[in-house]
Amino acid sequence: MAFSKNKSQVDDGLKSELAKKGIVITTLNELYNWGRRSSIWPMQFGLACCAIEMIATACARYDIARFGAELFRASPRQADLIIIAGTVTKKMTPQVVRLYNQMAEPKYCITMGACSISGGPFIDGYNTLRGIDRFIPVDVHLPGCPPRPEALLYGLQTLQKKIDSQDFRKAPWYQKGLKREYAIPDLGPKGLIPKFNPEVWQPREEDHRKEKYGSPMVIGKKTKAPDLDAPPKQPKAPAPKPPKRSDDSAPPSKEA
Amino acid sequence: MFEKMRVKTKVIDSGKSGLDTQTLEVNVGPQHPSTHGVFRMTIVLDGEVVKSLRPVMGYLHRNHEQIAENITYSASMPYTDRLDYFNSMSNNQAWAMTVEQLAEVEIPDRAEYIRVIMSELTRLVNHVSVIGFLLNDMGAFFTPTLFAFREREKVLDVFEAVSGSRMMCNYLRFGGVNRDLTDDQLGQIKKIVADFPAFLDEFETLLAQNEIVCMRCQNVGVLPAELAINASITGPMLRASGVNYDIRKVDQYSVYDRFEFKIPLGEKGDVYDRYYVRMLEMRESLKILNQALEQIEPGPFMAPKVPACLKNPRNFKPPVGEAYGRVEAPKGELGFYVVSDGSKEPWRYHVRAPSFINLTVLEAMCIGYKLADAIVILGSIDIVLGEVDR
Ligand code: SF4
Repeated sequence: MAFSKNKSQVDDGLKSELAKKGIVITTLNELYNWGRRSSIWPMQFGLACCAIEMIATACARYDIARFGAELFRASPRQADLIIIAGTVTKKMTPQVVRLYNQMAEPKYCITMGACSISGGPFIDGYNTLRGIDRFIPVDVHLPGCPPRPEALLYGLQTLQKKIDSQDFRKAPWYQKGLKREYAIPDLGPKGLIPKFNPEVWQPREEDHRKEKYGSPMVIGKKTKAPDLDAPPKQPKAPAPKPPKRSDDSAPPSKEA
Repeated sequence: MFEKMRVKTKVIDSGKSGLDTQTLEVNVGPQHPSTHGVFRMTIVLDGEVVKSLRPVMGYLHRNHEQIAENITYSASMPYTDRLDYFNSMSNNQAWAMTVEQLAEVEIPDRAEYIRVIMSELTRLVNHVSVIGFLLNDMGAFFTPTLFAFREREKVLDVFEAVSGSRMMCNYLRFGGVNRDLTDDQLGQIKKIVADFPAFLDEFETLLAQNEIVCMRCQNVGVLPAELAINASITGPMLRASGVNYDIRKVDQYSVYDRFEFKIPLGEKGDVYDRYYVRMLEMRESLKILNQALEQIEPGPFMAPKVPACLKNPRNFKPPVGEAYGRVEAPKGELGFYVVSDGSKEPWRYHVRAPSFINLTVLEAMCIGYKLADAIVILGSIDIVLGEVDR
């Protein structure tokens, strides 16, 4: 999504002319957004593998401090940004939503990694939430498994662009009576209740995923245990048999 | 910080002092900066002293085993990366060894050397990061981690060069490795190995004699050797308690019998020993790496006569049977147990996760110590939640 920057009334040429003389003209909005975007405090909140890349981003080589977001806060009350870095399991979902609710406005959310976007490699699991955007609004989706630290920096810059495009006179969190608290799901015996928050997310009307990717795996389809006592004779017999080869067989080593 | 902190108070029998004392139940986690992920523990405190501790797991249960039972053998390889996400290479090695055992595949020498080099590099990465995090838990906020991650990045560069990914390498294949190591990459590894001792010395001068580190670590969280053996603790944690057990020596798998290295042992089994054993283990790893880099010779990196079934990994159907392959992962004995019913997918797939089993003695180690020590003790176990909950 492209964010349009807030336009100031003052001509850009005039502005730069004045800047040469040491006079800075700006709008309150710009100044305010500049301040907000240059010191985003993320929450120190890691879920799984992607969190390690998040830590790597904060470390010396990638140095997220260059973008003003180095101060990882352990408490949601002090954080502006929650980076959901890792697999959100169903057991963890209520806590994630609660943490988001506890953050003070204005608050932002980056989902880092395939897992928090859609379930990623674990999408077929019975305990994986297929995307945290079912329960809380997400500002930036960051694909990858795990996304490289550069990708997180890019995600942060994208978020900064979004912040720049906001007008504090119209921003929802300054309106009266705003309540941005999202319902916390319950973990029941058969998963989360409700399965998604209809205020935030709706299932797609036409879902082509089944045709494209096949249906999710059926867990527990194998019931008959193999007979382990018999095999000592069995493997010897079929071993010399010429192995069946399908046509597309290629040695795996040659693959890129 | 204390998510959903529930405080229960209850009057317990008045102590010798005749005063009413209360126990306090504190819930740490699952969102807590020093639980190394989403681990939760419920601690009953008397004053500041831990009376009992109950770990709550499963916040990162990702159905690893169930998923693996529904996909082909080779498709499990990338999932093993995500078990213990610091050490993808050792996880790969354990899984590859298991399946090779099942399919009776011989691996060429060069591939074995590459595997050993990779898993020893992984050990460096893991130990250096865990020491960084341990100090983080002690209150040295983030500075040691910065040091640790600086070194980690260098090794990750190698991993990225050989496998294409920094963390989730997916580099090993049944019968060998995915790609050969080029001379450039070997040179890169040699440089890392040559530079690493200087870093270790620096780290050690900062920490080993450090007053605060000594006070926080020595005689804290003592794990007696007997309990460690009974609870089947493995890895640096067991060796810190003075038990000489290292699968690299016991099984002599891969080509570990060709290297000379020692097994560092601790004396008391306290947090300091666990930290120091890791430090020494890194030096031993460097020795192994040096020898491996010397001995490695050009040759095939994939089994030359791969059984035809392995040539088409998607249709790979091992014979009926079971196999258990184990390696000395940086955290302990990592084993994969797999039962094949002759179809494309394993019938049973089980991971013996070292962090999970090492975590079982947490309560025994914490009782009687302060709450702040419990955090350090947890840090010294070196858990990764991806492996604990799977
Ligand atoms: S997206 Fe990949 S790296 Fe990130 S948490 Fe999920 S499995 Fe781990």
